[in-house]
Amino acid sequence: MPISMFLQHLANAISLGSLYSLVAIGYTMVYGILRLINFAHGDLLMLAAYVVYYGQGIFHLPWLISIVVSILITTGLGIVVERSAYRPLRDSPRTTILISAIGVSFLIENLGLVLFGGRPQPFPLPRFLDTGSATQIGSIAIENITFAIPVVTLLLLYALLYIINKTKTGMAMRAVARDFDTARLMGIDVNWIVAATFALGSALAAVGGIMWSMKFPQINPLMGMMPGMKCFIAAVFGGIGNVSGAVVGGFILGVAEIMIVAFLPAISGYRDAFAFIILIGTLLLRPTGLIGEKVGEKV
Amino acid sequence: MILNIQGVRKQFGGLVAVDDFSLSMEKGELVGLIGPNGAGKTTVFNVVTGVYAPTRGAVSLDGTDITGMRPDLVTRLGIARTFQNIRLFARMSVIENILVSLHWRLKANVFDAFFLDRKYRHEEEAMRDTALRLLARVNLDKLTDSQAGSLPYGSQRRLEICRALATEPNLLLLDEPAAGMNPAESIELMRFIKKIQRDFGLTILLIEHQMRVVMGISERIVVLDHGVVISRGTPEEVSRDPKVIQAYLGVTEHA
Amino acid sequence: MELSRTLGRRALVLLGIILVVAWANGDLKLIGIPGWGSYTVRIINLCAINAVLAMSMNLVNGFTGQFSLGHAGFMALGAYVTALLTISPATKEMLFFMVPLWKPLQNLTLPFAPVLVLSGLVTGLFSLVVGVPALRLRGDYLGIATLGFAEIIRLVLQNVRRLTNGALGLKGVPPVVNLWWTLGAAALTYFALRNLLASSYGRAFKSIRENETAAQAMGIDLFKHKLLSFFISSFLAGVGGGLLASLLTTIDPVMFKFPLTFQVLLIVVLGGMGSLSGSVLAAAIVTYLMEFLRIVEEPHYLSFMTIRGIPGLRMVIFSLALVMVVIFYPRGLMGDNEITLAGTGALLKKLLPKRRVAA
Repeated sequence: MPISMFLQHLANAISLGSLYSLVAIGYTMVYGILRLINFAHGDLLMLAAYVVYYGQGIFHLPWLISIVVSILITTGLGIVVERSAYRPLRDSPRTTILISAIGVSFLIENLGLVLFGGRPQPFPLPRFLDTGSATQIGSIAIENITFAIPVVTLLLLYALLYIINKTKTGMAMRAVARDFDTARLMGIDVNWIVAATFALGSALAAVGGIMWSMKFPQINPLMGMMPGMKCFIAAVFGGIGNVSGAVVGGFILGVAEIMIVAFLPAISGYRDAFAFIILIGTLLLRPTGLIGEKVGEKV
Repeated sequence: MILNIQGVRKQFGGLVAVDDFSLSMEKGELVGLIGPNGAGKTTVFNVVTGVYAPTRGAVSLDGTDITGMRPDLVTRLGIARTFQNIRLFARMSVIENILVSLHWRLKANVFDAFFLDRKYRHEEEAMRDTALRLLARVNLDKLTDSQAGSLPYGSQRRLEICRALATEPNLLLLDEPAAGMNPAESIELMRFIKKIQRDFGLTILLIEHQMRVVMGISERIVVLDHGVVISRGTPEEVSRDPKVIQAYLGVTEHA
Repeated sequence: MELSRTLGRRALVLLGIILVVAWANGDLKLIGIPGWGSYTVRIINLCAINAVLAMSMNLVNGFTGQFSLGHAGFMALGAYVTALLTISPATKEMLFFMVPLWKPLQNLTLPFAPVLVLSGLVTGLFSLVVGVPALRLRGDYLGIATLGFAEIIRLVLQNVRRLTNGALGLKGVPPVVNLWWTLGAAALTYFALRNLLASSYGRAFKSIRENETAAQAMGIDLFKHKLLSFFISSFLAGVGGGLLASLLTTIDPVMFKFPLTFQVLLIVVLGGMGSLSGSVLAAAIVTYLMEFLRIVEEPHYLSFMTIRGIPGLRMVIFSLALVMVVIFYPRGLMGDNEITLAGTGALLKKLLPKRRVAA
């Protein structure tokens, strides 16, 4: 493979990895706090994209405003979902809340189908990303967005880690994740912390969704399903409950997905299967993930 | 020697739950295992029954090494146990709870079950007979079809013990059977335990947190604190041991 | 005297049922009585198949307490085995125009009954491959592992074109299936599972659901029983998939994505995760509603205006229903209970107005 093509693939791989990381964080944070796989998380990606689409198309909002509105609405929806579909089930067996999450995910997807129509729509790109906005490196052209994504991701990550490690809210989040009941007894308003966690994760998913649509400008109501599952797998792979794990997992998964298909185009049909194979491998061989901690059950 | 626990150490990561625990029991004995909360008593049970594999040490039953053996296999060899937090099959009926313990002896296979053929029905009838007789011996035969989870607390405890008895054990491990009971109920329970020991010819290892309760019926006592044995002997010897008093009260008696 | 009367009554009931089914199925056309109408029959067929699928999922998820989301994958296996072994060689030749079918299968067709059994067995075999690793996991981890396996199975089916014709799918599955097959399968499944669950094995499964640790302490081999439950469930899912293939006559890998498992899960949750008859009841309700709500999705042409249909609204309603049921009625319609004659009688007595004796 010529070096130029390799670099192109690599750039795409890092971009995809960044996107996966962003969304994986939301999964891992929610799982850390509630031990819940928020199936609906991936669909927030889709929602964010459509808000921008309609914001631009119907309300003719300036691009930046659309993004802000999108993030706000998506974050809001994340909080609403938690409040209405998950909180009532906090004392129920874990599979019940998981079924609820699956239901919410399908609800959002199908609502999307009903409201937005099943046909893929073109995502409105801002002027600075219009055709021709690529950077030449040698003989290849790499779109600017491909560079922008990892940069934005890193910035957001830095901000997130700051919040988690250096603020009181972040400390409370870590406490609740470590021991829910004790944190509550220590006077932490758990409901508020859970809502904040969902808010953070949803905001990141919104940014991820917008950037995804900038890179792959065709959106449809089911666009969040597969990436959602892959991001969850990334979170498990990296170590569920651990933010750094989600980042590592997301990057590795994204890079692997692109590079494997690049080097072995014959098995590209199995592209989506890699993620699942990694999932099963992780669950069986190293269930705590790359960076995870063990959580035992008292007999 | 029916049970031999030798030098068992159980470590969870950095935490040593039990260290260098040894105990031999002879047939027919009733031994008490006591100690303050968190001393590692249940961990010992879990190691003996195979829920945990010990980090070091060995467990043998009648000469057979059962260290780290799978719990259901340990049960089939003749060790049964109850749990500190009652673990009944709450949504199943009283008699169904007992019948579960009889399942592993079932000779009929799945196909017999699909068709409920004569071979199967024969065995089912025999199992029900056995279960009913057992329930009668613990005075629960009037409640056979009640949901196990809806029984009063004391009955639930008795049911759990009965369920363990249904596996036809030689060695019975009881984990704080009197937990949550008032002194009168506890004494009643202890009398009950002594009775079933006689009736079923059992060897019993009994965990109890309340010293007074277990003193009356144990022949020997082993005292555990922070995972280590701090005293052994007869109830009288142990109750006078200053180390034991300190462990429970946190203060030594100044004469 | 009593016994023969009971037997006589039962035989009469059975004969009555057979006659009704024969009529509905159109078998009585030969003597001049038309059947029920192909549309209704199709719905009943679908109901019955969904009942089989729901009961089989309930065995693992509801009765053994193992959260498995892999049903669609097993259905796919069963469907493909049935399709490959019943489609005529001529049709196969036509279908596999891009990549020819694996030689031994090209001219192989078998009668429907053995094909169904084979579908079940092949699926059961694969379930062992899935179950042995996956059943070591608990709770949500088991759920996503089985989901993962189902997706892998589906993707393999989509890519091994020599065997499955890949994304093109298979058409022309002979429509052998009729009310006898589907209702028969549903009845067989119901009675077999009912017996199994009433037996010691059923108690073993339920004890695993109630408290694994205690079950194991009472001598139950957890792994063996989980695997057994899983195998039986997958066998039935494979049979269900085969029946579905014959009913729809067209299958492709896209049909067997996760939303299919979701549909079965919906039925199981709605009916009650510990109730066999609940699954049957819910299967009937959901299947019927799915068809009924089609009305909402299609456009309606009235003389003066056209009411536009809203496609996708069905699934919105069902997703919402699932979330509502899970939050407000987690026990579903039947909870842990089964529909019995005595129970139905008592229910009717409660609902019907009491008769007043004239003064």
